[in-house]
Formats: sequence, C-alpha cells, structure tokens
Amino acid sequence: MTAPGESADAELIEAVPLRRPGRWIASIVILVLLFLFVWGAATNKNFDWSTYGKYLTDRRIATGIRITVELTALAMAIGIALGVLLAVMRLSPNPVLRSTAWGYLWIFRGTPVYVQLVFWGLFGSLYPHLALGIPFVHQFVRFDMQSVYSPFVFAFIGLGLNEAAYMAEIVRAGISSVGEGQSEAATALGMSWPTTMRRIVLPQAMRVIIPPTGNEVISMLKTTSLVTAVPLTTDLYSQAHQISGVNFRPIPLLLVAATWYLVITSVLMVGQFYLERHYARGQSRRLTNRQLRAQARAQTAAGSHL
Amino acid sequence: MTTPMVEARGVHKSFGALKVLRGIDLVVERGQVTCVVGPSGSGKSTFLRCVNHLEKVNAGRLYVDGVLVGYQERGDKLHELHPREAARQRRDIGMVFQHFNLFPHMTALENIMEAPMQVKKIKKDAAAEVARRQLAQVGLADKAATYPAQLSGGQQQRVAIARALAMEPKLMLFDEPTSALDPELVGEVLDVMKRLASAGMTMIVVTHEMGFAREVADQLVFMDGGVVVEVGDPREVLANPQHERTRSFLSKVL
Repeated sequence: MTAPGESADAELIEAVPLRRPGRWIASIVILVLLFLFVWGAATNKNFDWSTYGKYLTDRRIATGIRITVELTALAMAIGIALGVLLAVMRLSPNPVLRSTAWGYLWIFRGTPVYVQLVFWGLFGSLYPHLALGIPFVHQFVRFDMQSVYSPFVFAFIGLGLNEAAYMAEIVRAGISSVGEGQSEAATALGMSWPTTMRRIVLPQAMRVIIPPTGNEVISMLKTTSLVTAVPLTTDLYSQAHQISGVNFRPIPLLLVAATWYLVITSVLMVGQFYLERHYARGQSRRLTNRQLRAQARAQTAAGSHL
Repeated sequence: MTTPMVEARGVHKSFGALKVLRGIDLVVERGQVTCVVGPSGSGKSTFLRCVNHLEKVNAGRLYVDGVLVGYQERGDKLHELHPREAARQRRDIGMVFQHFNLFPHMTALENIMEAPMQVKKIKKDAAAEVARRQLAQVGLADKAATYPAQLSGGQQQRVAIARALAMEPKLMLFDEPTSALDPELVGEVLDVMKRLASAGMTMIVVTHEMGFAREVADQLVFMDGGVVVEVGDPREVLANPQHERTRSFLSKVL
C-alpha cells in the first residue's frame, strides 16, 4: 500500500562495496604473529605445561580462589557502602561532614594500600584492647585484640576502607552527573530528599557509576594479592607462591594463578555487561526491534485505511 | 468570601546581592487562569518557583489556599518549615517545567505512577490505573511503555502535565511550558492546557503565547524588573496597555 505522494517504484540502491586492502594486510600480520606466539609458548619447555595442568585444580589453589573471591566481595561491600556515605557527606551542606569526608579521602587515597595493609596487621600492637562503652565513664565490653587477631578480617577491612575513598569519588561524580531539573521535578511532586535520591537520582547516577565500579571490582580482585602485607597467606597468589616455594617451579604456578584471576575477571565482566544494560534503560532514542516492528505494523494499518 | 487560591503580599526574593523580586502583590482566585508575561529576567519564573517553595521567599508573605508557604507563623515569629511539611505543601501544587524534566529511566506510565506510589503510598495497580487514565486524557494512551527519549517534545510535555495531574493538585504552575518546543508542537500542549482550564483548574502560566493568554486567561500579569507592572483582563491589557513598559514589551512580541 502506498501513501499519497509516495512514488510506487522506488529502486533500492545496490552499490559495489569499497575495497579495503589495508584491513586485510593488518589482519594477516596480526594473525601470523599471534600464531607464532602460541606456537612458541606451546613448545617452550620452560613453561612446563604438565606441572601447570597438575596444579590447575589443586585443592590449595581452590582454597586460594575461595579466599580471594571472599576478600574481593567483602572489601567491595565495605567500599561501596562507605563510599556512598562519604559521597553524600561530601555533597552535604554541613561543613563538618564535608571536611570529614574530605579528610578521609585525603588519607586513604594519599597513602599506598600496601602500607595501609601493613598498618592493619599491626593494629593489635597499636591498640591492644578495644572497649565498647561511654568514653571516660563506663565500659560494657572489652576485646583483647591480641587474642581475637584474625588476618582475614583485617585484610578485608583494610582493603575495604581503602576502596571506600575511591568509590566515594565515583559515586559523587555519578550523583553530580544527574541534572538539577530531575531532583527539582521530584521535589515539586512532593517527594522527600531520601525518596528523590533513591528513586530518581541514584538510578540515573548508576549509569555513570557502574563502569568505573566494574573496574574497581576487577582491580580489587587483583589487589587482594597484596594481603601478604597483613600478613594473610591463604589467598590465590600466596597459595601458588607457597607451592612453587616447595617444588621450585614458579613459572607454571604463576600461570595457574594468572589463569584463575582471568577466569574470575571474565565472569565479572559478563555481570558488568548485564548491569550496564539494565541501567541504560531509556537512554537511547533508538527503538528496539520489537518497537520498530510495532510501528511498522501501525504504519501499514494506517496506510490501508486511506 | 472564600480565600483566594494564591495570595502574594510584598514578596521579595534575592539571590545574594541580586534582587529578583522586589515586592510582588498578586491574587489568584479559585478556578482562575492567570498568565504571567514579561521580558526575560523579570522574575516570572522565580515567582512561580516561590509559590511551591522551590525558592525561599526573603520578605513578604505568600499564601496558597490560605496557608503560608514555606514557613509557619507562631506568635509574631516565622519558623522555617520542616522539609517533610514543605513536601506536604508541594503535593497539592503541580508544576510543569520548560524542559519537561521527565525521569528518563522510566517509561511514560512509570513517570506518572511514581509520585502517587512514593508520596501518596498508593498501591502499584491503582497507580497504574490512575496513570493510564491521565495518559489517555492527554491523548497518549498508546505511549505508556515508551521512554521519554523516544517521544517528541510535545509528547514529553503532555506526559509531564499528566504526571503533575496524577497527584490531583488544586493548583497548577506552568513555567514556560511551550518555550522549548518546535512551533508545530506548541498547539498540542496548549490544547491540553485549554481543556484543563475549562475543567476549572486554577492555573498560573508563565508564557510568551499571547494568543493563549488572550483566549484562555482570566487575568494577565505583566512583570518587569521584579515587580508587577500591570494586571488586568487579558484582552484589555493586550489591546490597550496602560503603562509605557507594557506597551514597549508588547510591541516587540505581538
């Protein structure tokens, strides 16, 4: 069916595609180099692939993976929760809250995480006792830090507190990226500040927050290999390192550790893809295929009416 | 005599050293449509934002439905209102913005459902029902599942009007609702506003659409330099302005 004024016999263009020899040459060169590298790695005895295969699924390595994943998850949980709090504090009209958040960022972002982890390892010597109570008046409970000392707890707390400083900046950038008109419209509808944040501002800020946070999670996964500073020696890298200390084969064991780091990172990247897609709702003017089909149907229906 | 819907007495507002409103006196009766015109920077939008306390009034008194806006009068002292109370006042005042300010991460329907659900605590099904009815009112029943970015400017503004109406306001504020629209889309938004006016809604409209003002408004206000220069019947003011400033402004826009 044709609309009035529409020419019936529009001839579709079938042009000869442009040739692109440069693309072909570049692709061939890269594929050849890649093949040579893989070939070299497979035939080089120093890589010691049989040892690699033997330890890839070793029980100690499996424990290391579990510890590394747990450290990453707990540290990021602390980092994100505290980061959101710090970001809101930095945007607060209260100067005390604002400068406290700034001071936190200054210290935790300004010193190396390795140094911080060593500090956390020495926490028991710094504060032999921790007590809960009213300062100078009464103590309800008292912990002996030397006896409850747990490197695992100090490791994820140390990593998490460091991460919070970075997350705070990411969250703040996200919140600032949402236009003023959005919170204004929400306010005009009678929404309270917390509701406006939760329902209107943060969901839109997520689009800006998620990609760098994905980077942070992946970066955290790898930073957990620094927990030897606490010292915690049960994470993936430490386990591989210890095994190679016994069998004197560091290269295959490094490859084992690297493989598992890569596997976990890949899983995280898939998760990030879906999260980003979820928070990209409504961002594009492009219609989905489903919407396009519906509109085409409507067009045909309108045409047949004429 | 009933209390007017809006009553402003000597309303002043400054941003730092900049005085934007220098004593606004204005009465808007129930069911009346008031159009506010004037050159840019004359304080029209600021006055509108004061009415629902998006801006804090510095001096004078502003009443909506007989209730002081943004403050509480106890004895001879004014007390700042708790944000919760200010939010409660805003629930009954709808506002439509020049740039629509729809929530881009929600569909048209979700945009309209949001405030009834979050503020009035209406159940999701009931809110969807209200939202569908409001969308149909503005002629966009088929766009319920569409995101704002996929709508034309005129359609977005109609959704924004529906969103404000879903809260069942007693007063609607329009801040240059058609200024960001292509000329061919202005009409569809004005039509919705005309229907709303004839349904008896009290409206304050900051606009440059003199045709709309002449046809729909009960009262035309000309503002310049932060004061009300002239108020009156729109046909009268447009045809026969009393002040020199009104004359020179109208000669530029008509």
